[in-house]
Amino acid sequence: MTDRPALPWSRRSLLSAAVAGVLAPRPALSATPAARIASLGGAVTEILYRLGAGPRIAAVDTTSLYPAEAMREKPNVGYLRALSAEGLLSVGPDLVIAADGAGPADVLALVREAGVRVETVKEPPTPGGVLDKIAAVGRLAGLEREAEALSAEVKAHFADLAAQRARIARPARALVVLSLQGGRTMVGGRNTTADGILGLAGISNAAEGLDGFKPITDEAIVAAAPDTVVMMQNGPEPPKPEAVFAPDTALGRTPAAARRSLVAMDGLYLLGFGPRTPEAAGDLMRAVYPDLPRG
Amino acid sequence: MADTAARARRGALALGLLLALVLAVALLSVGMGAIRIPPGRVLDVLVRGAADPLLARDALVVLNIRLPRTLLGLLVGAGLAVSGALMQGLFRNPLADPALVGVSAGAGLAAACVIVLGDRLVAHLGLPGPLPYAVLPAGAFLGGLSATLVLYGLATRAGRTSVATMLLAGIALGALSGALTGLLVYASDDRQLRDLTFWSLGSLGGATWTKVAATTPLILPVLLAVPVLGRGLNALVLGEAEAFHLGVRVERLKRACILLVAVAVGAGVAAAGVIGFVGLVVPHALRLVIGPEHRLLLPAAALLGGAFLVLADVAARIVAAPAELPIGIVTAMVGAPVFLWLLLGRARLADA
Repeated sequence: MTDRPALPWSRRSLLSAAVAGVLAPRPALSATPAARIASLGGAVTEILYRLGAGPRIAAVDTTSLYPAEAMREKPNVGYLRALSAEGLLSVGPDLVIAADGAGPADVLALVREAGVRVETVKEPPTPGGVLDKIAAVGRLAGLEREAEALSAEVKAHFADLAAQRARIARPARALVVLSLQGGRTMVGGRNTTADGILGLAGISNAAEGLDGFKPITDEAIVAAAPDTVVMMQNGPEPPKPEAVFAPDTALGRTPAAARRSLVAMDGLYLLGFGPRTPEAAGDLMRAVYPDLPRG
Repeated sequence: MADTAARARRGALALGLLLALVLAVALLSVGMGAIRIPPGRVLDVLVRGAADPLLARDALVVLNIRLPRTLLGLLVGAGLAVSGALMQGLFRNPLADPALVGVSAGAGLAAACVIVLGDRLVAHLGLPGPLPYAVLPAGAFLGGLSATLVLYGLATRAGRTSVATMLLAGIALGALSGALTGLLVYASDDRQLRDLTFWSLGSLGGATWTKVAATTPLILPVLLAVPVLGRGLNALVLGEAEAFHLGVRVERLKRACILLVAVAVGAGVAAAGVIGFVGLVVPHALRLVIGPEHRLLLPAAALLGGAFLVLADVAARIVAAPAELPIGIVTAMVGAPVFLWLLLGRARLADA
């Protein structure tokens, strides 16, 4: 095995020279919109489809669950934080738009080295973050006008949402439960997408004492006293209230259990912070405040 | 006399076969991947380099992605397998693997620190930008090395290193760093948690020439020391006192083995994350086939370890293309059944 390294080392300089020579003009061509986009991240893919760039998407990642045809029709390059350089290059993209945190960083560096433009978009869980994301994706895909239209639409929805939120007299307390695996309850605390969507829906986070997505103790669940439990629905069947609020569990001793108040929503819809976020927050709001007068 | 000659011939044959295997696997690894490049073009690229602009894209894939990846795999696999064989010889314990000298635990803890606390620290100090990504491998390497040095210090009294103390202290230290890593896991957010999980499954994915260049000087020493260490380890099989009376400088041998292994495994973990099973299974499988003689076992382990890891990496790349599996999954999934099969076949022979 020690006889192999000799070969390429001598060609390293040649290689970089050749690569630089052939690939250097590429960035200058970025004025023409990218024809093959690798779209990494649920919200990024959703925005590209909404902007009408669906046919130009060359590949998606495992978090691109909406619209459903993305997963069905496009090659899947894997989880966006564990990408493969050759895998990504094999779909022949001329632009990679990745949600913040895509990586590993050295894989992205290799893809850049191959002359492919790699851009990341930030994902703060706020209305401003959603609008910025739409603008950024639109700019990268060369669809500024479409992005402006979508942005105006989403902005109007956020404004409607704010108007509805203003009618809430007494905010309910909700616990966003990510999973109930093995008797451990994982909830969304401060600085999470869960906290962001609760805020938009005019609901206060019953787990405000925690930072991030964390397992919570039974006592803390009882102390948090949520009026509602919000869960992800990742399969065809929503989680059943009888199971979630089983009488011998901590969740079974909360006000939410007494009211049988369990809201199950699709994970990406609820926490994705894409263009559907105002609708998701609105759905959540109506589920938690059924008596709220509609505007 | 004739017996020794025959054994030498058999040994040379085994090493020759393994060398051929390494070459075949390396060619496979350079020739296959998510991007289909016909073998002829791969050959063109290897022979003529990237001077031909028509070949530029393929050249980039072959020379800058697959070749460093293959070399890194050979290097890390060889380092892990030799380290495993050395540890099993040194501890005279079939269950010994490189993790016993605390490298994996220390490197894992350091990696968790970098992943979970790194960005916060940068923000706290008011430094610009994200953490440079060389910090993670460098941290993992230093973490692995310092864990071993601590362990070595704990087990050494008056110039004599107790292998048994080191083994038990290693377990204690492993549990402690496991607990600290758990604490960091608790403090981590969703993304950091996933980074940690993927890191702990290992991958040759980010292999670059820089990584190969940084890793080579750290793993080569253990491979180059192989011819020197074999005789001492053979004597050590008889026991420490017996080896001493045979003229082996036991303490020096121990120190050399532990240090070489710590550096090599630390570098391997830093470059590719935690890759289990290679250090444990490769030497055992070889012992079952070619016998326990260290002067043959160690070089054979280097060759088979490299070939095994590269082959596992080819599978990891191709199975889910264009995505790829973490390599730790493949090494365990392929390694465990093969090892069981070898073991059971051997047991049947022995019972008959």
